[in-house]
Amino acid sequence: MRNPKRNQKIAFFFLFLATLLIVVPVGMVVVIIVVKGLPAINWQFLSDIPRQGMRAGGIFPAIVGTVYLVLGAIIFALPIGLLAAIYLSEYAKENLLNRMIKLSIVNLAGVPSVVYGLFGLALFVVFFKFGASILSGSLTLGIMILPIIITTSREALESVPQSFREVSLSLGASKWQTIRHIVLPNAIPGIITGTILGIGRAAGETAPILFTVAAFYLPQLPKSIFDQAMALPYHLYVISTQVPNVDEKVRYGTALVLLSLVLFMNLTAVIIRYKFRKKKKW
Amino acid sequence: MVKFNIDDLNIWFGGVQALKGVSMKIMRNEILSVIGPANSGKTTFLRMLNRMNELHPNFKMSGEVELDGRKILELDVESLRKRVGTVFALPLPLPLSIFDNVAYGVKMHGLKSKTATSDIVEKSLKEAYLWDEVKDRLGASAFKLSGGQQQRLCIARTLAVEPEVILFDEPCSGLDPISTAKVEDAMLKLKVNYTIVLVTNNVKQAARVGDRTAFFLSGELIELDITDKMFTAPSDHRTEGYISGKFG
Amino acid sequence: MRKFKEFIIEKLVLISGLASIFFVILIFLFLLKEGLALFKFVNPLQFLAGKSWYPISEPPQLGILPLILGSLVVTIGAAAISIPIGVACALYISEIAPGKVKETLKGGIELLAAIPSVVLGFIGMITIVPWIKHIFNLPTGLTALAGSVMLAFMAMPTIVSIAEDALYSVPRSYKEGALAMGATHWQTIWRVMLPAASSGIFAAVMLGIGRVIGETMAVMMITGNAAVIPSTILQPVRTLTATVAAEMGEAVVGSEHYFALFAIGIVLFVISFAINVTADLFLHRETKKI
Repeated sequence: MRNPKRNQKIAFFFLFLATLLIVVPVGMVVVIIVVKGLPAINWQFLSDIPRQGMRAGGIFPAIVGTVYLVLGAIIFALPIGLLAAIYLSEYAKENLLNRMIKLSIVNLAGVPSVVYGLFGLALFVVFFKFGASILSGSLTLGIMILPIIITTSREALESVPQSFREVSLSLGASKWQTIRHIVLPNAIPGIITGTILGIGRAAGETAPILFTVAAFYLPQLPKSIFDQAMALPYHLYVISTQVPNVDEKVRYGTALVLLSLVLFMNLTAVIIRYKFRKKKKW
Repeated sequence: MVKFNIDDLNIWFGGVQALKGVSMKIMRNEILSVIGPANSGKTTFLRMLNRMNELHPNFKMSGEVELDGRKILELDVESLRKRVGTVFALPLPLPLSIFDNVAYGVKMHGLKSKTATSDIVEKSLKEAYLWDEVKDRLGASAFKLSGGQQQRLCIARTLAVEPEVILFDEPCSGLDPISTAKVEDAMLKLKVNYTIVLVTNNVKQAARVGDRTAFFLSGELIELDITDKMFTAPSDHRTEGYISGKFG
Repeated sequence: MRKFKEFIIEKLVLISGLASIFFVILIFLFLLKEGLALFKFVNPLQFLAGKSWYPISEPPQLGILPLILGSLVVTIGAAAISIPIGVACALYISEIAPGKVKETLKGGIELLAAIPSVVLGFIGMITIVPWIKHIFNLPTGLTALAGSVMLAFMAMPTIVSIAEDALYSVPRSYKEGALAMGATHWQTIWRVMLPAASSGIFAAVMLGIGRVIGETMAVMMITGNAAVIPSTILQPVRTLTATVAAEMGEAVVGSEHYFALFAIGIVLFVISFAINVTADLFLHRETKKI
């Protein structure tokens, strides 16, 4: 402590180093996957079914399966999540119930993904007898992304100034009219951001779909919500660990498609948030 | 004709009592000015008249408020607020176009016809002396208007739902003298058709526009009288102290 | 009519608001429903403290001690790496980095949080695993250490962003007061900012650890999955989560093995519940103080 200036320099250097230790590997992960995955990407890879025991061909059924799963999850989670956010932001009073709801959301967000898998298996697959199906997988993923949608939507709703609500109510509009015509339209960008983040999360998760929907290998596309489906993250897991002698290119290519999908979603969300902040009218 | 009859009104927010045993009458087609220092309860009093206080989570009250002889707590709150409109302290346009700001209220009350809506918008903007300044850009965002224009837009918006009473909550606190004069002018002309309650920090404004003036202090109604009389010969020394600028 | 519509909507909103509570309870009930059945065959102590996990031998041995220790070793390793680096990075972002850099770094951290765990697992398999094998001259790089390193990266976004929030919400006056008394920026950070934000940082660490314990795919892909009690971090281990993920596919519905995997689910649920409630209490304390 004799030389505070020098101590500061050393300390700041280590803080900077720590930051580099996080940022550089992240960059490397992305770069490695892009560089090694790009050569694998062509029309056939994206549009063909896997061939030769998943060692060649494409990943089309996995892409389609992931799209179905994500759509199903959002159809389930968005209405409930949005209404729950409206409840928390517009109706809830500061009481024990409100506290419990918030704590439940925190806990839902913290439940390990594989536990969601178990839950989906017990409730949807076995108890409701939906079997391993898109329906079971979507519902499981839907419950998993519920906290993301609730939290982001609630923030968006709460960022609408209180004065707008007062003005609307003072003109004799009802509470719901106020929410419907004033609060919601101004919270839309935030809600979309949350939804997209939820989509990104649902698209990337593997553990919740392991026992609820994912098919190891399924050359045809699912025909109904009661069919099993392949999914990108599970497919990547399978060709990385379960199938020997898969061409590296196929693995990297699959990883690249999955990563692009997820990062594209997140990037979109970030851009919407940024644009909205700049354009804010109040 | 009595418009509002207020009897022994007490209001609490949490543990704090904001109004203490207020009883008074507000007459039809008068301008009643309400003056008093900060935290005297004048805004709480105003917000009671169309039940806006109820938005506060810890609001509690006792006593009675009657509008045209009917207890306001027994009225449907939305139709009460349609009959008793508010113009707030700061110009608070909704994030909509000029046209939609004015049309908002009537749309919420179920008016569907486009031509009827346009008629109401035009009539209200004229009543608020804004029509000539905005008639060519009704589709523009309300935030594009100047502060004074925004405040007159808010008046037009309140007029559009055809209220019987208009509550003004320090409507000129954010405005320059010229805009203030325009708003006061509008108020005087509105008196013919509406009952007006004006809460103001500006004693001179109360003297200029009020038929009668009420003076609040620490949640109590100290004095209520004809404006001229109150400003020339107040009956309470605290009123005199306040209007002559000794405190507040 | 308008009143009726309003009434219906209000009830619908309330029901959705309660959905979170409902789902948490539902998850717990269904884990219990399937998991408690195990204790008809095995007593709870045997299950938690039993030293061998041979679910398909005859009769099956269902002791999860090796799995608990596996999770513990990987988690401690990941915590040891991610806590100092994560908190340091949060300090850098909130205190030192200039405007533009700050936003970029935050974006980078968000990016890391968004990468699916199966992709990180895949990357771990082709980078960290061979490196460890090579550096320590081991028969395999699929070890607890590989898991720790990979999981440290998955915990970091949580730690950094929540700790950064906590630092951000320290009142400016604290910092300005210290600087005004002639303390250097670093002294201010070390003596004022860190203590003032400590409960938020603690919550950040808890949640980071929660993320590590619950993480499944990456850990299953790179820790080797040997259900033995580990003696060093350079050994393959098998975690609670990986066990469930890897074995549920083969377990017959209604078998002891199936019940045992749900019982592991109960253990995981209880751990994550405890962590999240504790962290939430600390986060709450943070906001109350200010």
